[in-house]
Amino acid sequence: MTTLAKTETDNRPFAIKQFTPEALRAALKKMYLIRRFEEGAEDSYTRGLIHGTMHLSIGQEASAVATCMELSDDDKITSTHRGHGHCIAKGADVGRMFAEFFGKETGYCHGRGGSMHIADVTKGNLGANGIVGGGLPIAVGSALTSKRLGKSDVTICFFGDGANNEGAFHEALNMASIWKLPVIFVCENNKYGMSTSTERSTAVANIADRAVAYSMPGVTVDGNDFSAVAEALHIAIARARAGEGPSLVENLTYRWRGHSKSDRNRYRTKEEIEDWMSRDPIERFRAELITHGILDDASAAALLTAAEADVAAGIEFAKASPAPHVDDVTRYVHAEAAE
Amino acid sequence: MNVQTTPPRILSYSEALREAMAIALETDPRVILMGEDIGVYGGAFQVTGDLIDRFGPDRVMDTPISELGGAGVAVGAALTGLRPIFEFQFSDFATLAMEQIVNQAAKMRYMLGGEASVPLVFRMPSGSGTGAAAQHSQSFEAWFGHVPGLKVVQPSTPHDAKGLLLAALADPDPVIVFEHKLLYKMKGEVPEGYYTVPIGKAAIRRAGTDVTIVATAIMVHRALEAAEKLAAEGIEAEVIDLRSVRPIDGATIIASVRKTGKLLCVFEGVRTLGVGAEISALIAESEAFDYLDAPIMRLGGAEAPIPYNPDLERAAVPQTDKIEIAARRLVRGQV
Repeated sequence: MTTLAKTETDNRPFAIKQFTPEALRAALKKMYLIRRFEEGAEDSYTRGLIHGTMHLSIGQEASAVATCMELSDDDKITSTHRGHGHCIAKGADVGRMFAEFFGKETGYCHGRGGSMHIADVTKGNLGANGIVGGGLPIAVGSALTSKRLGKSDVTICFFGDGANNEGAFHEALNMASIWKLPVIFVCENNKYGMSTSTERSTAVANIADRAVAYSMPGVTVDGNDFSAVAEALHIAIARARAGEGPSLVENLTYRWRGHSKSDRNRYRTKEEIEDWMSRDPIERFRAELITHGILDDASAAALLTAAEADVAAGIEFAKASPAPHVDDVTRYVHAEAAE
Repeated sequence: MNVQTTPPRILSYSEALREAMAIALETDPRVILMGEDIGVYGGAFQVTGDLIDRFGPDRVMDTPISELGGAGVAVGAALTGLRPIFEFQFSDFATLAMEQIVNQAAKMRYMLGGEASVPLVFRMPSGSGTGAAAQHSQSFEAWFGHVPGLKVVQPSTPHDAKGLLLAALADPDPVIVFEHKLLYKMKGEVPEGYYTVPIGKAAIRRAGTDVTIVATAIMVHRALEAAEKLAAEGIEAEVIDLRSVRPIDGATIIASVRKTGKLLCVFEGVRTLGVGAEISALIAESEAFDYLDAPIMRLGGAEAPIPYNPDLERAAVPQTDKIEIAARRLVRGQV
């Protein structure tokens, strides 16, 4: 690649052109952190340190991190039951996340919420959600606040392919469109709502096709291609900040693990899973960064080591943290009297 | 000497609600109204009335007919800094929005370990007596009162309608205001300016010594009518307006039953598993139990949907004569 060619036509991927090397390396570190965090959570679950259930997003890391690349702490996200990656992408501390999984007082929800309710309102993370489609209208409300108060922040609404058949999806997209609100609906289409495939559940070929019904742009991208996701979000966020209204972005991706801990994987083939695992979004992003001289093998390995250290420290923090007092079972139902 | 007296300021229940909303809109830029046909139409019961002319369509927002989505937008707006008042056209339509009210609004603070607040008011025109039949006449106070994280109030007078709505709006947590449709035209004294009626505090509307009648919404007025008739026979009923279904003002009810030794609960929702059951249990578990000298009685809605035929509709919920008979039976041990 010559300097001359670079100035005339820059064929590098969008993300390489758009973001600083530091930001790109931080993005890879976040993807490693999400992967190792969820592996650590799974391992802790197997050891009996975490009860309940959890929904892992291993294989979907590019979608979470690339979607959040251009967000500040003032921008909001709403997330889903499969939301660990979104939290980390939006800047959550994995120690406090582990502490929440372990049911500890130091967790993001003081041990009251668990995996499906992690939020960090101070960082614009309005929370995961245990109800499929629950976050869709809430995201529209957040965008309404932004518009009403004359702020420039945008709201990213993560949801899965399953939610696109909930009434809340249709009501939310319609209202966002008629009121031209700064919200971006980001569908992480991992092909299955629990065990039911989109082919069996959804009347359109692409979920983004549904944008037409609500007079907003809809685009389907390879959700395992970091740059493709980042570019789609760049366009949608610019539109939202310009006051032109919402967009729908569909990130095609795949969860390597089952729906939850009860899943016996009887609805998909080993070949399908292996095919998707060969398109690992983290490995693809790492290779891309190396190709474009953003990092080398050694510095990539160092990022992974750093992520692993964060996860190990997070688990230790969680283990050492105090549990909530059982007398406080009704605390936080309402605001405390001082308010 | 000439004493200058100000005549009492009389407003209707719906005018009092509108005045509360106007005060809120004037004084707090975070307040918005949302609902179906609350703008130029003025609301199905003309409660928002002309507010759109004074505050514009950005703050008096007509929503599409999307109860679930609309309620969820209000939740998200409250979570991020606005103070929405969301009108359901009929409380019955809140069944379409149960997800957002029960799973989201009510639980958000708790699920997030106290790190979030959803200061949101749901207004719900409620109750029977308008000939609108089974899907436009229900009384869901007990349903929502069963959900930790929600507060539920039922004003019975114009004064309380304004004061409880302003209290609901000042509350950092979601509050449901059940407005009885038959009370919208009722007139009463309403002070000017800002005031609140505390949530969780009942009001003794009539003092008495022989029987305690705890009633809600329109039933307060029927209980008072019954009490006047009973007074002619020498029976003095104490009528307590519950005002707040969650939290319930146990202290006021317990103190009254300790005095009268008899309890009659009168409410419009279906009797089984209703508000009266909770009040009965509250007394049975309290120190007032030892003072009871008759069984507790409940008058509630029939075990049926609200029917269309006007005679059937009246028969489906407590009326004044039934209250009178029940109270007399408690006091005299006869019908």
